[in-house]
Amino acid sequence: MSRCVAIINGDIFDGRKPSLFRGNVCIQNGEIFSIGDLPDEFIADETIDAHGCVVCPGFVDLSVYLREPGQEHKATIASETKAAAKSGVTTLCCSPETVPVIDTPAVVELIKEQSILAGFSHVIPTGALTLHLEGQALSAMHALKQAGCVAVSNGTRPVRDTLIWRRALEYATTFDLLVIVRPQDPWLTAGGCIHEGPVATRLGLPAIPACAETVAVAQILALVEETGARVHFSCLSTRRAVELLRSAQEKGLTVTADVAVHQLHLLDTQAEGFDPMVHVIPPFRSQEDREGLREALTEGVVSAVCSDHQPHEEDAKLNVFSATEPGVASLETLLPLMLSLVDQGVVGLPEALARLTRGPAGILELDGGILAPGNRADICIFDPEATWKVDEQSWWSRGRNTPFWGQSLKGRVRWTLVQGKVVYSAD
Amino acid sequence: MTTLQLDEQGRLRHFLTIEGLSRDWLIRIMETAQSFGSVTAQSVKKVPLLRGKTVVNLFFETSTRTRTTFELAAKRLSADVLNINLSVSATAKGESLLDTIRNLEAMFVDMFVVRHADSGAAHFIAQHVAPHISVINAGDGRHAHPTQAMLDMFTIYHHKQDFEKLKVAIVGDILHSRVARSQIQALKILGVSEIRVIAPETLLPASVTELGVRAFHNLDDGLADTDVIIMLRLQKERMQGAMLPSEHEYFQCFGLTEARLARAKPDAIVMHPGPINRGVEMDSQVADGPRSVILEQVSHGIAIRMAVMALAMGVVQRGAVA
Repeated sequence: MSRCVAIINGDIFDGRKPSLFRGNVCIQNGEIFSIGDLPDEFIADETIDAHGCVVCPGFVDLSVYLREPGQEHKATIASETKAAAKSGVTTLCCSPETVPVIDTPAVVELIKEQSILAGFSHVIPTGALTLHLEGQALSAMHALKQAGCVAVSNGTRPVRDTLIWRRALEYATTFDLLVIVRPQDPWLTAGGCIHEGPVATRLGLPAIPACAETVAVAQILALVEETGARVHFSCLSTRRAVELLRSAQEKGLTVTADVAVHQLHLLDTQAEGFDPMVHVIPPFRSQEDREGLREALTEGVVSAVCSDHQPHEEDAKLNVFSATEPGVASLETLLPLMLSLVDQGVVGLPEALARLTRGPAGILELDGGILAPGNRADICIFDPEATWKVDEQSWWSRGRNTPFWGQSLKGRVRWTLVQGKVVYSAD
Repeated sequence: MTTLQLDEQGRLRHFLTIEGLSRDWLIRIMETAQSFGSVTAQSVKKVPLLRGKTVVNLFFETSTRTRTTFELAAKRLSADVLNINLSVSATAKGESLLDTIRNLEAMFVDMFVVRHADSGAAHFIAQHVAPHISVINAGDGRHAHPTQAMLDMFTIYHHKQDFEKLKVAIVGDILHSRVARSQIQALKILGVSEIRVIAPETLLPASVTELGVRAFHNLDDGLADTDVIIMLRLQKERMQGAMLPSEHEYFQCFGLTEARLARAKPDAIVMHPGPINRGVEMDSQVADGPRSVILEQVSHGIAIRMAVMALAMGVVQRGAVA
């Protein structure tokens, strides 16, 4: 594979320089050959004119539900990695909450094989933290790591026993595995489906208080202090949780966090009229919480933004609000919603892109997320001004469960390259 | 959700919640109920307004009083009534809610009266039924019980007339109560001078004051100078533990007795949506005493439900039987 590709005239964000610059990216053998001027000796087999577009590292998404194996009626590895490629995502971590769960090397191998066969984005399976995700016994973390996992997590399933938590963190540390935690105290959550506040009170929906998250974060932070484990909090939703995180980082603890992109936009008020598309866990919270998340994003306390893509079949959302399955299909809205934050002045474009690239890559300790000679040529080329409508024609994910259905969004991926190969082209 | 329950001409299509209705609408419902008052008292208790129409009582949660009064109301309007208790049938067989609705729709029915344990159930059904079918919410989760609220307003109106001057206290399990939520909305729309909720902190929902009420933890303080006292049923089946230590302690702190009733205005009325837990929410002396209007509420329930059904089916004009 000695194919040479030249991406010319783009505005490049390389993940290192603080601003974008006009130039060319040359690719050879699936790796980046040069950035800047076109080298005289470089003869391209294929030239991509990226005029008017941003050229940046492919996005690294820390939380995606692929639904395979076991829930192929919702989505498949092929369907969702294809949607990921269309969204500029070149590497994704898939949730261990499959059927069976990812607690054996066989399931890791299956997912890797299927994703290679599909030929779109790289998939890094996140291993189960506990056996069967039941929160009672440790998973075979060494075997999972050997099979290719770089992180373990219990996903949305609770680990009720704090001793198991401590042991799991210690054991993960033994193999230098990252532990991804979706912090939510199971007792305080108690069957809730919406943020506890005036909206839940008026609609009479069972609520999840903000303290369900902060209690869990505080508990894990205390255990991190004790164990020195490398912990990443996924999908934070409250101001108080990012405050706890900020002070833990100031103390020098090895803790990081991400936020789901829709959490930076939507509020609990969205549930008026019982729209099941906004049933998501953790729930959309108050304006104050959203401001807190946005501040943490700007500062870099939250160093990654994920899609937390959870595709569902139509029936999963055709029920009374609390009986519907939570989650939003959100890969394809990842970039437009980030660019909307840039338009609103919440964050600059380089910082926004860093939260989708260098930030999450750094959390996983991957080399990716930076465009530099010798690095794997995983690249996203997008038109920041192009608008598109979320509808049947434009949508690729099998799950159509998005609160943005029918809306026009700004920011469209034109090309996605994985290892120097074009895996998505809008034309 | 005004758009879902009112059509473009402002007519009532469904009756799902009090929220979003105008004062004029609440008055219209009460006036219509008033006009049915004579029907319920005469020896032949029927009017032919809904002759040939089929009303389905679709109860996903058991209820005796509400279902019975809806059934009577429909029969007094000459409708055919079908009672379906789904808490034991279809859902146990794994049929989805939408499939249940589609099947009943295929039987050419005209109205669903829905009781469901989940908030938003009536909204969901109203969003998915065929356009000619009306949905009446007979209680959904903790969200709304609009006909109960209307019969309560109707009862208050019979005793007090001028809503603007009233201080109303609602006592008990506000957290789980759809009745309280609908009552608060109706009282606000009718413009009462003050609404109080009285309960231990564990039975008050978060941000309760944003509903436009004053919250009290002390029954004596909360009852002072009130005109209307609404006691709520302590929904034992909904308690998940750790909300109250015992019924005994609840009664000690929040049970209504003759002595506590003396804190309210001398002509204050006592209401309860039923069924009463005697000795838990209130003393028998109060429940059966001269200030209690609890049985009146039940009778008014029939007239209010006749009114709502007739208005939703478009067979009455304002206040008068067509």
